[in-house]
Parts: sequence; structure tokens; C-alpha cells
Amino acid sequence: MHSSSDKPRLVLIGNGMAGMRTVEELLKLKPDMYDITVFGAEPWGNYNRIMLSPVLASEKTVDEIMLNDDAWYAEHGITLHKGKRIERIDRVGRRVIADDGTEAPYDRLLLATGSDPVMIPVPGADLDGVVGFRDIHDVDAMLASSREHKRAVVIGGGLLGLEAANGLMRQGMDVTVVHLMDHLMERQLDAAASGMLRASLEERGMHFRMAHQTQAILGDERVTGVRFVDGSEIDTDLVVMAVGIRPNTVLAESAGLHCERGVVVNDTMQTYDPAIYAVGECVQHRGTTYGLVAPLWEQAKVCANHLAEYGIGRYEGSITSTKLKVTGIDLFSAGDFSGDETTEDLVFQDAARGVYKRLVLKDNRIQGAVLYGDTLDGSWYFQLMRDGTPVADIRENLLFGQAHIGDSGHGDEASRVAAMPDSAEICGCNGVCKGEIVQAISEHKLFTLEDVRAHTKASNSCGSCTGLVESLLATALGGDYSDAPAKKPVCACTDHSHDEVRAAITRDGLKTMDAVFAALDWKTPNGCHVCRPALNYYLLAAWPKDYQDDAQSRFINERAHGNIQKDGTYSVIPRIWGGVTTPAELRAIAEVAERYQVPTVKFTGGQRIDLLGVEKSDLPAMWRDLGQAGFVSGHAYGKALRTVKTCVGSEWCRFGTQDSTGLGIQLERMSWGSWTPHKFKMAVSGCPRNCAEATIKDLGVVCVDSGYELHVGGNGGVKVRATDFLCKVETEAEVLEYAGAFMQLYREEARYLERTAPWIERVGLTRVKERLVEDAENRAVLYARFLESQEVAQVDPWADRAAGHAAHEFIPIRPVDGAPGTPRPEVSA
Amino acid sequence: MSWTAICHLADIPPLGARVVAGPNGDIAVFRTADDHVFALRDQCPHKGGPLSQGIVHGERVTCPLHNWVIDLQSGAATGADSGCTRAFPIRVTEGQVWLDLAVSAADSDAAPVVDCREAG
Repeated sequence: MHSSSDKPRLVLIGNGMAGMRTVEELLKLKPDMYDITVFGAEPWGNYNRIMLSPVLASEKTVDEIMLNDDAWYAEHGITLHKGKRIERIDRVGRRVIADDGTEAPYDRLLLATGSDPVMIPVPGADLDGVVGFRDIHDVDAMLASSREHKRAVVIGGGLLGLEAANGLMRQGMDVTVVHLMDHLMERQLDAAASGMLRASLEERGMHFRMAHQTQAILGDERVTGVRFVDGSEIDTDLVVMAVGIRPNTVLAESAGLHCERGVVVNDTMQTYDPAIYAVGECVQHRGTTYGLVAPLWEQAKVCANHLAEYGIGRYEGSITSTKLKVTGIDLFSAGDFSGDETTEDLVFQDAARGVYKRLVLKDNRIQGAVLYGDTLDGSWYFQLMRDGTPVADIRENLLFGQAHIGDSGHGDEASRVAAMPDSAEICGCNGVCKGEIVQAISEHKLFTLEDVRAHTKASNSCGSCTGLVESLLATALGGDYSDAPAKKPVCACTDHSHDEVRAAITRDGLKTMDAVFAALDWKTPNGCHVCRPALNYYLLAAWPKDYQDDAQSRFINERAHGNIQKDGTYSVIPRIWGGVTTPAELRAIAEVAERYQVPTVKFTGGQRIDLLGVEKSDLPAMWRDLGQAGFVSGHAYGKALRTVKTCVGSEWCRFGTQDSTGLGIQLERMSWGSWTPHKFKMAVSGCPRNCAEATIKDLGVVCVDSGYELHVGGNGGVKVRATDFLCKVETEAEVLEYAGAFMQLYREEARYLERTAPWIERVGLTRVKERLVEDAENRAVLYARFLESQEVAQVDPWADRAAGHAAHEFIPIRPVDGAPGTPRPEVSA
Repeated sequence: MSWTAICHLADIPPLGARVVAGPNGDIAVFRTADDHVFALRDQCPHKGGPLSQGIVHGERVTCPLHNWVIDLQSGAATGADSGCTRAFPIRVTEGQVWLDLAVSAADSDAAPVVDCREAG
């Protein structure tokens, strides 16, 4: 197998999901780096092992679970040896030798030998009709038995055993599950949930022998029965051993690699031999072995990164969650739910509806979750658990789910997603129906939300249907689907998360985008449309006075200082302080609208006037005319302070308690021009009737007779969310200080494109209160930093451009001969 | 080939674009970080968004309307999207940017957006 090219050779042993995922990740990073050879012991291409249960239950066919066919390997120039088992690794000669004598030399070797089912060593374990549950071969054997025989015993009442038992039952067999412990799935479920699961399976006709230990499998050639330690026996024609899996380390051990329970690897997925990497179920990382698919994905990403010699990813272990792939039974578990004297339990039980939920809390954070019957919020709890979000503030509604914490949106629909017809529209922005998504998932073998977004556009715009798409993925893929990796990179250009990038910018004093690219090993020469705007914001927020804003890294709206419309024209929204204007200002706007023949003039929801349909080349002149009448940019196009909405307040209103308009104007004067991670809206209402709708703003002030209530984290858009009450203050000066400090905290801690609502839900209101309300000194420091950055931020971009700045942005190049129409007049400089 | 001088390289910001009005509609002229220039019809194959207004990265541009990523060399959509916009020959000599519009003569504004292979 000597290659003609000079490329280094990569050999993969194990044509399964973990190994091939690593190869696919590697091809994404460096498609031409290696000559790749793959050895698989099984006689087919790479298939989706987690879907074996649905195949056994006849819900899917083997063809449907194939991931990469022969053509795929050929297309990517990969040599595939199917049905060849590697017998020996020659580490000195750097080659592998297969059972048929095939040899392949390697420069890098990737071990992905997976795991074997544990076959308990009892007499009769080698009889005909005794199988494991691990590969297509086992499934074929079980399906063949089910056609000829009637009775089956499954040894093992864990996840795998119950899925096997369910599949055999669906094939018409009479199935008894034998379990050593006295409750099912004891590693994933507590006694209560386990009892409900058992009752539900018994109702479907499954039998159980709990707390039974197998002593022998009976029969001469083929199995006829099973005898237990207590002397009892049961007749059967098929025995499925599903007591667990064991990492397959035989090959690695024979090659002298250090193995314990699995092949020991470090955080880069490297074994004790630097030329040999290992991923998947054969691996032991920080003392843990994994048998679920989500951790394998994360390992594959890290391993590919190192094989591509980027050398920056680290695998830090995974927290896993479990779902049972038995149609009609909803079950979710994650984390540690054993509980002790340092933990508290939140329990919800409704026997009639068959719903049970238990959350184990430790130090105000979720440590474990068990859900039965209603698993809709499983991924939410899982997220809270992984993020370590304090839950004290939402504790009273926690068990009722995400839909009950001031967040309407699509929550209710998600519970019905499985029952929806294929024609039901899931993504309202892009008009994508359930059927299209489900079809794309199976046709293109999609595993992640990002995959679904790329192929169908569902959840790719406003994102409000993300939960629905995730539950469709979970339904289609079964329990091994993990909604989001523990650490999300900013984009495909890097493996670093938003938080890591931000930390590096301040810690290492990175003050230009090129410095960030270099210091953090960006994989692309100049980023992409996702990371560049984020970096530009982070640099600007960290170094307001040093960083030179990069126009080419801003989305067009922020570069052209207007909102691009569907026909390529722009909209112009001048700032109207606190929504209060004058006849002279209105006259000036009217004159500008007429002079430039603005097709549509509209009031916005933020108490200002929108001039729509303006040609880009007209913008600077319009801004000049508006500027002469005293207007500045309204930043209606920016991830920035938008408006401060007000009601009329004590000046006119018979109910008004304070001067809400005056205070709103002060707030807007203080904060205009500031860039924020996402748009930022404020409102001031003059009394608790709240006519300015302050409780759905990022920061809302509700005036009361004795002072001012401050509310934060509201949203009236994609997901309606009422604000959380922050605190009450007595003076206008305090309102300004708290508002400035809050904006600064948001600017410094939220991720780019994260509104205040999800930010607060992620970090917890408690943390915001600690930094802002309880710590007066910190509040003063934040406020001072806000005001300092405002010193350079409050420059009207419209006036600048009316004076000729960035003229290339607005003036087209001279038309070429034959172009229709006359050239537009150049803007006066 | 009929080369027309349209502007100087310096007139196009690095990682940016300018628009040239052509006989059959606007043409977007892009400049990469390493000073390569490309010319595409200023219409995204998806919904006609002005590509000239997008963010340029590597040899690609992201449409400002719905984030389709278009290859500057071929005009083809990348990733899971499919579609193509017309690319025009363009070159730089001694800082002068030249555009060849001859190939676009047969192209009409009314022509539907078609796949690259069909467009030839």
C-alpha cells in the first residue's frame, strides 16, 4: 500500500462513527493533507450504530442508517478495506497488518476500535441463539430468530437491553428482561422513574425478572432456557446479552500501548505513542469511558484539529445525557441525581398523566435531572446544568419548564412537535415544514442543528423555532442527539468560544483583528461574516480609545448607517430624543422626504419616523440636510442603543408620578452612540400603568411616587419576555448610574448577538444583582467605564459622512459605456 | 476580449467592494485582503441581494440579505446552497482595474438565474 505521493499517511483502524467522524472533520480542515487508509472489520461502509434499535424494531432499514457508502470513500480518495481485521500494529516499523495479510504503513495512526458487548461468562454462553447487541450482524441474528422462534430473554435491564427487548417485542416475540438489580436503568433513573418505566413496558406486554442473577444458559446445541442462581428457570429460544459494553483494547494492548479500562489518551486524544491517536468508545480519558455518541463528536473535532496540526483544541470531558429510543416512551436523564445531604430535590409527579420530573440541586445549580413522560425541557435543564447557571431566581417555576419563566414564544408548540403533520410549518421565516426537515435529516444524515440550518434554512433566521428543530432532531436521531456541544466555537474559522476570545483580547492585550487571528490560530486568513463582526465588537468594547473600528468587518447596515431593504435601498431614521419633537423638526423631516422623493414615511414602534426607500447614493446628502435641522443618526441599524421610549409623565398626565419624558431624554443623551453586543432598547413609564411598555425592554424604568423601579432583560420580539425586577432607586441620578453600569456590564459580559434576555437567563439574575446592586463600588467602576467609552463614541456618523468621510461607500464608480440612465450626481464633499 | 478601465485598485477598499453600472445592470467589483480583484453581477442567486454590500472574507462574499456565501471566482453559492451568479473577467495592471463586459452582451437582465454549468 505504498503511496506514490509524498503526503504523510494516516491509517484509521475501525470504520465506525467516531473514527469516520474524525476523518470527516479532518477533511473539512485539511482535505489534502494525508493519504488516508481505513480498515473496518465489518463488511460494509460506515453506518449509524445508534440507529440499530430502530432497525431491530423495523422502524428503519439498514440502508437508511448507512452514513458513508463506497462511492464516498472513492470520491475523497480514501482507501477502504472492508471486512479486514487488523491483527497487529508494528510500532517500530510504523505499519499495520490485517488478518488477510494486507499491510499499510502509517505516519499517523488513529485507533477507533470501539467496544464489545460484555458476554457474561456463564456455562452455555457459547450456545447457538446467544447473541450480543452491538452491530448489524447481531441485529440480523435477532431478526432471523424472531422469524422462527417465539420466546426471547434479554439479560440486562439497562438502556441497551430495553431497546433490544422492545425491538424483539415489535417483531412479535414474547420477551422477558432479566436484571440483576431491583430497578431498571439504575444508572440513569431513580426508583420512581424506573418504576413508571417498568409499568409502562409491562403494559405493552414485556415481562421482567428483577433482582435475578443468571447462573447458566441451558441447551445442547441451541439455547433452550436460562437458569438463575435462586434455582428458578425460564424457557427461551433466544438470549440477548446486553449487560454492558467494554472498550476494545485488545489490539492496543498487544501493541504495548498503555491501557487501563480503555486506551488511555490525553486531552488531545493522543495515546502514549505520539504517532497514535485514539477516539471513541475504545478510549479512556481522564479516567472516564464513554458509550454515547455526543462525546465522540467532541473527541472527533479535537482529534482532527491535532491531526491537521493546528494543535489548539482540547477535549475536557463531557457531561452526558440519556434518552431511551423506545417509541412512545419519553425518558431523559442527565448528570448526577443520586443526591446526598448537600443536595436538594425538586420533584413533580402526576401519576395520572404519567409524568415525573426530578431535579437535584446543589449550591443553587442543577446537578442532575430525571424526566419521565414529559421530556420537553430536558435540553434546557441540560444546558443550565452545563453552564452552571444559578437557578435561585427561577426556582419556583423551574419544574414547569422554560415556557413558564416569562417566555411565551413557541414553547407550547414544541410539546406537540412529534404529533404535527408533515405539512406543519416549523420555520416561519423561511417557510420550512416539518416534513422537509425530517426528510433532510435522514437523506443527508444530519446530526446537528448547524447541519439542519445549512441544508434546510430552518431556524437560520430569527431562531425562534430552534427548540422545535432540536426536538425534531432528537426524535429522528433518538437519545444520542446532543443539542449543543459543551463549548461552542465562534464559527468554523476557530475552535475558540466567544468567552475564550474575549478573555484573550483583554488578557494578552490584543488590539487589532490580525493580532487576534495570529494569537488564536485562526484557520482562515481573514475570518468570515460571522467572526469578523464579533471580533470588531469585542475589540471596540475592550479598547474603546485604542482600537480602530474596521468598517469592512461590519454588517452593511452599520457600514452604511442605514437599514438595507429587500430592494437594496436604505431607510433613514433620525434620532428623536425620548420621542419628543417639535413642529420645526417635523417640518424639516417633511421637506427632506419631499426633496429626495422618499416613497414611504412611517412611524416606528420606537417613537420615531422612518424614511424608507432611499437610494444609497442619496444618503450623505439627506443626512447633511437633516443635520442642518439638528438631527443626528438614530442608530436604528446598529447593534447599539436604539431608542428610549417614554410616556408623557407628570408634565401632562394626571396619573404621572415623575417626569418620564425628561428622564428618558437624559438616558438617551447619555447612552446614544454606544455599541452593544446586540440592539439595546430602553423605556421610561411615568407610573405603574406602564404606557411606555417598559417591562419588555432591555432596560425599563417604571416611575412610582417614591422613586424609580428598574427592570432588566425584557424582550418584545422573537420571544416575548417580561423584564426581571432589578431594584428600586430614589433619584434620577441613580437611574442614570444604574442604567450606564448595566449597559457596561452587558457590553463586557454578553456574547456578540446575545440580547439581554438570553444573557440574563444564561448567567442568572443573581449574578447581575451581585455585580450591580449589592456591590456599589463595582457599579461605580462600571458606570465610569461606560462614560469613558462614551467620550469617543458620541460622534454622529451621519455628520461625518455628510462631510465626505468614507465617500467610496456611497458613490458608485463611474458607469461604463452603454450603462442605462445618467450618472447620479456626486455628493458634495 | 474588450477591456474597459473602470477604476484604480486603490479606489476599492481591501476586503470591500464597489459598484459599476454596466449595460445590463450593476456589477460588483471586489478586492480581497491580498489585492486580488473579482467581478460578479451584483445579484445574489438566492433573492437578488446586492452582493457588493456584503462582507468579503477569503475569496468569498456573504450576501447581506440572507447570508448566502458566494465564491468570488465562480459566482457559485457555497455550502449546502446552490445557485450561481455571473462572473466577469477582470484584471489589474499597474494599479488600473480593467473589466471585460463583452461576455455579458448575450446576458440579459430578464434572464433567470441559472446554475453555472447551464450558464456555460
